[in-house]
Amino acid sequence: MPAVAETRKTVETLGQNTYKWGFETDIEMDIAPKGLNEDTIRLISSRKNEPQWLLEWRLKAYRSWLEMREPTWAKVHYPPIDYQDVHYYAAPRKKPGPKSLEEVDPELLRTYEKLGIPLHEQAMLAGVELPEGEEARPPVAVDAVFDSVSVATTFRKTLQEAGVIFCPISEAVQEHPELVRKYLGSVVPVTDNFYAALNAAVFTDGSFVFVPKGVRCPMELSTYFRINARNTGQFERTLIIVEDGASVSYLEGCTAPMRDENQLHAAVVELVAMEDASIKYSTVQNWYPGDENGKGGIYNFVTKRGACRGARSKISWTQVETGSAITWKYPSCILQGEGSVGEFYSVAVTNNHQQADTGTKMIHIGRNTRSTIIAKTISAGQSDSTYRGLVRMMPKAAGSRNFTQCDSLLIGDRCGAHTVPYIENRNMSARVEHEATTSKISEDQLFYCRQRGLSEEDAVGLIVNGFCKDVLKELPMEFAVEAQKLLQISLEGSVG
Amino acid sequence: MSKQFVSINGLCARIDDGEAHKEILRGVDLEIPAGEVHAIMGPNGSGKSTLSYVLAGREDYEVTGGTATFKGQDLLALEPEERAALGLFLAFQTPVELPGVNNANFLRTAVNAVRRARGMDELDAVAFLKAVRKETKHLSMSDEMLKRNVNVGFSGGEKKRNEVLQMRMLQPSFAILDETDSGLDIDALRIVAEGVNSLRSPDFSALVITHHQRLLDYIVPDRIHVMAKGRIIHSGGPELARQLEAQGYAQFLSEAA
Ligand SMILES: Nc1ncnc2c1ncn2[C@@H]1O[C@H](COP(=O)(O)OP(=O)(O)O)[C@@H](O)[C@H]1O
Ligand SMILES: [Mg+2]
Repeated sequence: MPAVAETRKTVETLGQNTYKWGFETDIEMDIAPKGLNEDTIRLISSRKNEPQWLLEWRLKAYRSWLEMREPTWAKVHYPPIDYQDVHYYAAPRKKPGPKSLEEVDPELLRTYEKLGIPLHEQAMLAGVELPEGEEARPPVAVDAVFDSVSVATTFRKTLQEAGVIFCPISEAVQEHPELVRKYLGSVVPVTDNFYAALNAAVFTDGSFVFVPKGVRCPMELSTYFRINARNTGQFERTLIIVEDGASVSYLEGCTAPMRDENQLHAAVVELVAMEDASIKYSTVQNWYPGDENGKGGIYNFVTKRGACRGARSKISWTQVETGSAITWKYPSCILQGEGSVGEFYSVAVTNNHQQADTGTKMIHIGRNTRSTIIAKTISAGQSDSTYRGLVRMMPKAAGSRNFTQCDSLLIGDRCGAHTVPYIENRNMSARVEHEATTSKISEDQLFYCRQRGLSEEDAVGLIVNGFCKDVLKELPMEFAVEAQKLLQISLEGSVG
Repeated sequence: MSKQFVSINGLCARIDDGEAHKEILRGVDLEIPAGEVHAIMGPNGSGKSTLSYVLAGREDYEVTGGTATFKGQDLLALEPEERAALGLFLAFQTPVELPGVNNANFLRTAVNAVRRARGMDELDAVAFLKAVRKETKHLSMSDEMLKRNVNVGFSGGEKKRNEVLQMRMLQPSFAILDETDSGLDIDALRIVAEGVNSLRSPDFSALVITHHQRLLDYIVPDRIHVMAKGRIIHSGGPELARQLEAQGYAQFLSEAA
């Protein structure tokens, strides 16, 4: 069975009403003492056997972080975070960076199995008889990141033959230092923002992708992030470089155990697209959102940015955000190359006491650049959700266009949805269009569906999926199915 | 007595209209034997739609008295979707729009939900499509309507036909049609009437709410009831339709007062 079909099946068998990924894995961990100082950073760097330049880079980030303040402009509220009360390094004991699946702790493999991510490589499915009802799908290469460390990457050989590098970033530092050094921090500088600086100082792993000139990556690449250890911050760093005329589709999934205390997550993702290159980056974010009273959950402060460096390059972000107690996230595109294209498709769901402040930035630098933003916000319970988006047309962005559509759907009357668009147009010939709507799932709609035999929950699911259709259709097929289920699960108990 | 019997006794219902309670149904008595089609006529605001909503389980209305049973079950104790599974179908006077929800997908989800609840196998995509094509043809509907979103941008007539399509696909044993004829031209009226008539069988009962005798020329009811001020004030055979058409409701209203 293809990896994704299995994932889907796991999602389909999920029961009712609680966070299904909330189990904890009992595994021996190598954990750094709590607290953040230069020694912590040196420890991380030496554990990873990093070159001197990278240590210097981290220290520079740390020193600038010390001078920075946590941003307060987002519409999210939480008690102050004590950055000294967090572990900055936790890795499954055993050798860091196993070279093959045989070296991976079996307990870990069981965890991934529970999550529906089979790591065992399968023969290419081409030509293989499939069970009835199964459609043939290309396999997906998976990189699994457990707490701070990447534990296994599948389909390496197939990718290698195509010239694609897909590996943990810590490994790329060892094996492809020239690439990492050239691009790391080139899209999100170490001093970019408070959380990005923190990430640069202490990141421990993440995925690295390099697709050389003219190569279409032969399969979807996927990373599953899993937080497990207690009181541990997770700081992954992902770097994707796609050269001239090359393309890749990358998927990201995230889960964490249920815990009473909040946990910190501050990732950085950098994308670089050269001439005629295209990157499709899809996320289904399902970190533990906290319980129905707002206890626990992940604080998710993420910086994601893509640079369309070459002419006619394209970067497309699609995200389905259902998890986390707090989401602070603005995947952005810097449209530098002439005629380059940026897209942002987003569904953000908040329920119970979740808070999300998410959106995008489209920075149009080159001529004839285009961007599309479709943001769907769904709020239920006592949650609060904000779309915050910036569209900036620089003086040289002649003939550029943006279209933005923001729709909010409210379920119940104790939740909130807000739209905060910032538009800066410094070029007379550039055009920016913005449309926004707010609607509610009405009693009429629910009753109509129920009269036709649907349960209230199925009715909400149907209406919500209809509302999100324009975004879900941008996801790779398998992910779309998963996302639909997830939306429904996230909203269970939100009506009636 | 057949188990298909619809039996409504002294049914009272009200709505919370801001502060005050508004009594709408004031003791409705109605019996529909299995296999029979009954019609309800009556002035605007007499409570016809409310009766259909209360029977279908809309929660805005508070039932303050009386009983309603269907196939021997206490209808009022069931959730709306359980009533649907039991075989009750309501063709809405004002069908509801579901933006972004594909009509065919909605229909298939509903059909399978009801089939599951009735202990039947679900229809797969192919079987469903076959079944639905047969019905759309029957109702002279274009397949294109299946691709649109539920009732969004449908004309009045298209919405009504879509209701009849849903009814036929869901195979109810008791259908309430609330002014399904309003806004239909004569050809559409005939098609819709045929859509109901061809379901007529000893296992199917219907309650047809209408203002127009015209519909009852096509769907000839076994009995006609006149509703006013939340009660059934008069009942008669199919000939009552013409009498009402000629003389209006005034005679019964004064009798009732
Ligand atoms: N949801 C509601 N809120 C307030 N008043 C209502 C509501 N539903 C029905 N009514 C009132 O109840 C009465 C009966 O309405 P209805 O059942 O629609 O009558 P009919 O279908 O016979 O025209 C009318 O006076 C109407 O205004
Ligand atoms: Mg009415």
